[in-house]
Amino acid sequence: METAFIITILATAIQAGAPVIYAAVGEIFAERSGILNLGVEGMMLVGAVSGFIVAVNTGNPWAGVIAAMLAGGLLSLIHAFLTITLHADQVVSGLALTIFGAGLSSFLGQNYVGVQGPQFNPIHIPVLSDLPILGPILFDYDILVYLSVLLIPLSAYFIHHTRPGLHLRAVGEDPATADVMGINVARTRYIYTFVGGVLAGLGGATLSLAYTPGWTEGLSGGRGWIAIALVIFAFWEPWRAMVGAYLFGGVQALQFNLQTIGITIPTYFLNMLPYLFTILVLVFATGERMKRHLGAPAALGIPYIRGER
Amino acid sequence: MNTPTARQPDIAVEMRDIVKRFPGVVANDHVTFIALRGEIHALLGENGAGKSTLMNVLSGLYTPEEGEIFINGEKVVFHSPRDAIAAGVGMVHQHFRLVPTLTVIENVILGLDDPKFRLKLEGARAKIQSLSEQYGLKIDPDAFIWQLSVGEQQRVEIIKALYRGAQILILDEPTAVLTPQETEELFRTLRSMAEKGHTIIFISHKLDEVMAIADRVTVLRQGKVVATVAIDEVNKEKLAEMMVGRPVIFRIEKPEIEPGEEVLRVEDLHVRNDKGLPALQGVSFVVREHEIVGVAGVSGNGQTELAEALYGLRPVEKGRIFLYGRDITQASTRDIIREGVAQIPEDRHREGSVGNMGISENLIMKHYRRSPVSRGPLIDWGYVRDFARKLVKRFNIAAPSIHTKARLLSGGNLQKLILARELSSEPGLIIAMHPTQGLDVGATESVRKQLLEEREKGAGILLISEDLDEVMQLSDRILVIYEGQIMGETPGEGADRNEIGLMMAGENRSGTGDTSLQRNTSNA
Ligand SMILES: Nc1ncnc2c1ncn2[C@@H]1O[C@H](COP(=O)(O)OP(=O)(O)OP(=O)(O)O)[C@@H](O)[C@H]1O
Ligand SMILES: [Mg+2]
Repeated sequence: METAFIITILATAIQAGAPVIYAAVGEIFAERSGILNLGVEGMMLVGAVSGFIVAVNTGNPWAGVIAAMLAGGLLSLIHAFLTITLHADQVVSGLALTIFGAGLSSFLGQNYVGVQGPQFNPIHIPVLSDLPILGPILFDYDILVYLSVLLIPLSAYFIHHTRPGLHLRAVGEDPATADVMGINVARTRYIYTFVGGVLAGLGGATLSLAYTPGWTEGLSGGRGWIAIALVIFAFWEPWRAMVGAYLFGGVQALQFNLQTIGITIPTYFLNMLPYLFTILVLVFATGERMKRHLGAPAALGIPYIRGER
Repeated sequence: MNTPTARQPDIAVEMRDIVKRFPGVVANDHVTFIALRGEIHALLGENGAGKSTLMNVLSGLYTPEEGEIFINGEKVVFHSPRDAIAAGVGMVHQHFRLVPTLTVIENVILGLDDPKFRLKLEGARAKIQSLSEQYGLKIDPDAFIWQLSVGEQQRVEIIKALYRGAQILILDEPTAVLTPQETEELFRTLRSMAEKGHTIIFISHKLDEVMAIADRVTVLRQGKVVATVAIDEVNKEKLAEMMVGRPVIFRIEKPEIEPGEEVLRVEDLHVRNDKGLPALQGVSFVVREHEIVGVAGVSGNGQTELAEALYGLRPVEKGRIFLYGRDITQASTRDIIREGVAQIPEDRHREGSVGNMGISENLIMKHYRRSPVSRGPLIDWGYVRDFARKLVKRFNIAAPSIHTKARLLSGGNLQKLILARELSSEPGLIIAMHPTQGLDVGATESVRKQLLEEREKGAGILLISEDLDEVMQLSDRILVIYEGQIMGETPGEGADRNEIGLMMAGENRSGTGDTSLQRNTSNA
C-alpha cells in the first residue's frame, strides 16, 4: 500500500512535470536572450488547442504536436515583433499575449470540448517497464515525457558549452557588447523568443494529447505562470527548472492521490500550494545578495537600440 | 587631392571628408584623418568635439552620412563592427565592451566562428597566452570579467582586438581609469605594438601622456579638424590652445587661507562593501572650512564606500561622523543634503543624473522641495527655466536647450551640470569624487577653479581622486588610503610623489599601529 502510493505520486509528478518543463525551458531560452515573455500561458493554450484539433482531424498525434509547436511559435513572433522591432514594453506585450491566447484558444476550441481524440500512450518497454518499483517510476511514460527529460541536458549543454549558447548569454547580459562583437542582437532575440514559443506550444500539446487528453477551456490551468516563476526559481538553469517542475508535479500528484487514500486536506488548500510555493521562491530568489550571485540576465526586459546612450 | 593619398605604402588609415550627424549636432563635419603604419597617433579635442564618434565610424559602429574610408589604400565600407574587424580595425571603447558574467576566454572569442559549435577552448587559451606573453599583457584566461580590476579588463580588450588580428588599434581614453603604474604598463604594450607595425590611435585628455607617447597628433574642435601635427612640433600649451581655441593656464592660483572651523569629523569609521567585506577599517580625519583635503589611493581601496557613508548612502558599522559637531552617523541622505553637503559622485550617469530627464529637471533635483523652486506642492516652471538658463550660462554647459535629456550630453557637459546643481546649493561640505575624470583641459580647468572658489568662500572639500597630480595641486592636506585604512598624511604643499606612491602601495606612515606587521600583511 505504502510503496504503491509513493510510486503513484512519483510517477504522476514526472508526468505532470513534463508540460511545465517544456514551457519553462522555452522561457529560459527567451529570457536568456533578454526577452521576458509573459505570454507563456497564452502560447500553451493555443498550442494545446491547435495540437488537439489537428490531431483529431488527421488522426495523427504527431501532426498535432507539430501544429502545436508552430502555433506557439507563431504567437511568440507577435511578441518578438512588438518588443524587438518596435521596442514595445515587454511586460505589457506579454500580458496582452496571454489574454489574446486565452481568448483565441476558447474560440478555436469551442467545437472540440469533450471530443475524443488520438493521444500518446505510455510506451511499454519490454523487461524495463516490468521491473518492480523502477518500472512504473522510470519506464512507463509516453514519448513526450521522455523527450522532456532529454530536453534538459541538451538545453543545458547548448547554453553553456556551445558557441550559439555563448552568444545567447552575451545578448541577454550585454546586448551593446554583443552587437559590437558582431552578434546580431535582434536576430538572436527573435530566434530564442521563437524557440520559447515553440516549446510553450509543445508544453500545451503535452497537456491536450498526453497528460489530460482532450480539450477544455483554460486547459493549462496556470501552468504557464508556474513555468515563468520556475525560471526565476531555477536561476535560468534548465536543471533547476526540472527540479522545480517535478516539485510542482509532486504537489499536483498529492492533490489527486491523497483523497484516494482517505486523507482529507481541502482541495482548495492543495490547489493553492503551487502558487504559494512560487511566491516563496520569488521572495527568496530576489534577495539582494542572491541576485548578485545568480541574477537574471542583466538586459532582461530592456529593449536594445543601437547607438542609444 | 582627387587620387587617394592612401596609395602611399605607409598610410594605414585614411578617412576622407567624414560627416556624421546626430539630432541637433554635427558630430563630425567633413573630417579628414590619416594615420600611418607603426605610429602612435593621438586624437585630441574638447568634450563633445567628436572624437569617439569619428572612431566609432572607423570601427564600423556608426555609418557616416558622407565620406570615404581607406584601409591600406583599399576603399572600405563598414556596415558593422564585424566588417571593421575583418579589415583589421579593432577598438577598445571608453566604456569597456566586456560581458561581466563571462570569462576572459569567452569574451575574447565572442562573435567569432571558430570553434563553430562546441566550445573547445584549448586552442583559444593557447593563443591568448601567447599574445599575452608577446605583448606583455598579463591575464588569467579563466577568470570572470567581474573579478578583474579595470586595468586587467583593459588588457582583455586589447587581447580581444589582437586575437582578431587587428593591425589598427583604437583606444578611447584608455588611461582615464588607470593608475599611474597601469598606465606605464599600457604604454609599454602600445610601444611594442607600434614597433611590430601596428597602428595605434588613442584618444586622451591628458596632454602629458600625449606628449610622452604619441608620434603625431590630430586635434578636433566642434566636429572639425584643427590640424594634424608631429609631436616634436608642439608642446603641451600649444596643444591645449589648439583644442580650446584660447590659451589654457595649467598652474592655477591657490591663495593661502587659514583653515577655519571644523566642518567634518570622522572617527574610527568602519563600513562594509557590497560583498559584505570590510571596506573601511577605522578611518579618522577632519575637514575644516577653507580647506581641501585630498584622499589619494588606488581605486577599490574604500574610497567609494567612504563617500557613500559620508553621504548617508551606506550603513556605518562602527564609528561616528560629525558635521559641524552634530552627529550625522545615522542621518538620512535627505537630512545630510539639508545640512549643506554636496556630492560629486563617482558615476555621473548612474548616481549623478537622471538620463531621461532634461537639463533643467536635473538641475532642480536638490531644490525642488523648497521655495522658490516650488510653491506649495507645485513647481514654478517659469522660475525653473530662468534658474536653469542662469546655471547653464554660468557653468558653460553646451547643449541645444535646457530641455535636452541628460544622457545625450557628452561626459564633460554632464559633469558641469552636476557641478552646477551641487554648487548652486551653497554647500558647507563638498564630497568630490574624481571630479575631472574624462574631462578635457578646459573643463578640467574650470572644475578645479570652481572647487578653489568654493574653498575661498568657506566650504570644506573632501577630494577623492586617483589623479595624483590633481590631488597634489588642489589639496591643503593629503590622506593616503590603502585597504580601507589611512596610511598617512602629508601637507599638499611640496608633497613627495614617491612617498605618496609608497603609501598608496600599502606603506604605513601614520605612526599608528604596528608598522612592520602592516607592511607584511599588505604585501601578502
Ligand atoms: N548616440 C548619440 N546620440 C546623440 N548625440 C550624440 C551621440 N553620440 C554623440 N553625440 C553628440 O555628438 C557630439 C560628439 O560626441 P562624442 O562622443 O564623439 O564626443 P567626444 O569628443 O568623444 O567627447 P568626450 O571627450 O566627452 O568623450 C556631442 O555633441 C554628443 O553630444
Ligand atoms: Mg568620447
